[in-house]
Amino acid sequence: MLKVRVAKQRDGFALDARFDAPTPGVVALFGRSGCGKTTAINIISGLLAADSAYIELDGQVLTDTAAGISVPPEQRRIGYVFQDDRLFPHMSVLRNLQYGLKRTRAPRLSITFDQIVALLGLEHLLQRQPYQLSGGERQRASLGRALLSQPALLLLDEPLAALDAARREEVLPYLERLRDNLSIPMVYVSHQFDEVLQLATQVVLMDAGHVVAQGLLSEVSLVPELRAIVGPDSVGAVVDGSVAGVDASCGMAELRVGSGSLNVSVSSVSIGERVRVQLLARDIILATEEPRGLSVRNQLRGTITSIVDDEDDTRLITVDVGGATVLSRVTRSAVEALGLRNGSSIWVLVKAVSTRGHAFRLGGG
Amino acid sequence: MHLTPAELDALRLSLSVAARSVLFSLPFAVLIAWLLTRGRFAGRWLLDALVHLPLVLPPVAVGYVLLLVFGNNGPVGGWLNRNLGIHVAFSTAGAALATAVMAFPLMVRSIRLALENVDPGLEAAARTLGAKPMDRFLTITLPLMWPGVIAGAVTAFAAGLGEFGAVITFVSNIPGITRTIPLALYTAIQSPGGDDQALRLAAMSFVLGLIGLLLAEMLARRARHLVGR
Repeated sequence: MLKVRVAKQRDGFALDARFDAPTPGVVALFGRSGCGKTTAINIISGLLAADSAYIELDGQVLTDTAAGISVPPEQRRIGYVFQDDRLFPHMSVLRNLQYGLKRTRAPRLSITFDQIVALLGLEHLLQRQPYQLSGGERQRASLGRALLSQPALLLLDEPLAALDAARREEVLPYLERLRDNLSIPMVYVSHQFDEVLQLATQVVLMDAGHVVAQGLLSEVSLVPELRAIVGPDSVGAVVDGSVAGVDASCGMAELRVGSGSLNVSVSSVSIGERVRVQLLARDIILATEEPRGLSVRNQLRGTITSIVDDEDDTRLITVDVGGATVLSRVTRSAVEALGLRNGSSIWVLVKAVSTRGHAFRLGGG
Repeated sequence: MHLTPAELDALRLSLSVAARSVLFSLPFAVLIAWLLTRGRFAGRWLLDALVHLPLVLPPVAVGYVLLLVFGNNGPVGGWLNRNLGIHVAFSTAGAALATAVMAFPLMVRSIRLALENVDPGLEAAARTLGAKPMDRFLTITLPLMWPGVIAGAVTAFAAGLGEFGAVITFVSNIPGITRTIPLALYTAIQSPGGDDQALRLAAMSFVLGLIGLLLAEMLARRARHLVGR
């Protein structure tokens, strides 16, 4: 368990955040730029002093301003992957990787050099100098360097933010592999919801220095505060399901969600694996009776649990589909015409092509 | 060009004095540069001014102050003399001390400039990787500021070859002990018929200075390449 309580006042900005996260797991600190995410992890790392803070990792108190405890960063065993990779420019990739490995305070090595080089595809880069690497390669080397210091916790500060879209797509799968293959707790700072969707097991939603919501992504994806941060078009419930069937020929998988099932596009998964998918509210169609003769492959039976104002002429409707929850954006006139209200029995239609699944091999999502 | 034994002596002395002054003052210059760049203490502006004072003072004044402090009856010189048997005044070591004081601001400026270009973020990264302060300084900060240290040392060496005022005031003009090239040049100009010798010594100064500056530039360039910039 990671316990974080941080408060810091800085000209015109006040950070006052508290959250708990299970370990191991990937907790995403998600929010707009400038909401205090980086300040929070700098305090966790010990690099930045807080006005008041309490940081506890797996029972060990690292910072407790009330008790005057502050373990120096070099003794915390907290790895840090910075937005700018911060590779040491005068050392080869190999020496960069060895830097933390040689100085580790871990009682025994649980992550080996060969393992990291293989996981991050660094074999052919070892003898190069940092300036000879591409942005994506630099960030992979930086990840490897932090992991080889055998951290008890890894902090990642928007590690993909400085990369272009193609490089991000190149590095993201490596991050998934690290999550699925190493049991190191991670705190992942991001303002990109798709990264959170792809990587996080837990989410802490931050806004203006405060935590607005925290929990599983499926829960946090339903909170109304998210809309202002991701934009109305990205609002949508995140559901986790286990794979019940695979159609490899067209890259589709059948997913058990709630009491029904969904066909989603997802590559290389096998039966029983967990897959996460976001169902965008604008792509969800509601029907008051069972539809027939439609090309829509996915139909879920559910009950309306809430109807709230969205934009001027739309409503956001929450539907319980037997253990899972989905959000649908519907025009106000449609709500009135169909007579939708709390408790209404409803059919939820989802186009399979509008969903993209993300496989999670680590439990807990 | 044939050099007389006296001129060779002056050349040997100049090289020795300049080298000793650089070796002696380099660690202090790194420390002072670090304090001025990264240090957060009350009297920083005062330290900054003191270090740069030799740049604006008449060298003769610096030499005179050294004579008062390090002379055989001065507070420091007297102590060294009584307890360690070291004579600083009127010795080659004294010439090196005077040269070091005069060249010190040049060295500090160069090192400081290099240190300001070292990204503190890299030191923070080393910290999260488990490196303690001295470890960080030796493995990250120092190698990255190395080009500036080298350039500063070579510039100070080249400048030290030609230090005149402070040296002649503090340790006088003793052949074979403190008579470096500029002092020998001055002596030659003062002596009847010394024109040839003066010309040769002036040419020697010119060549040595030029080599020093070119060497500083070359080393700095090579060091920059080593750190990948």
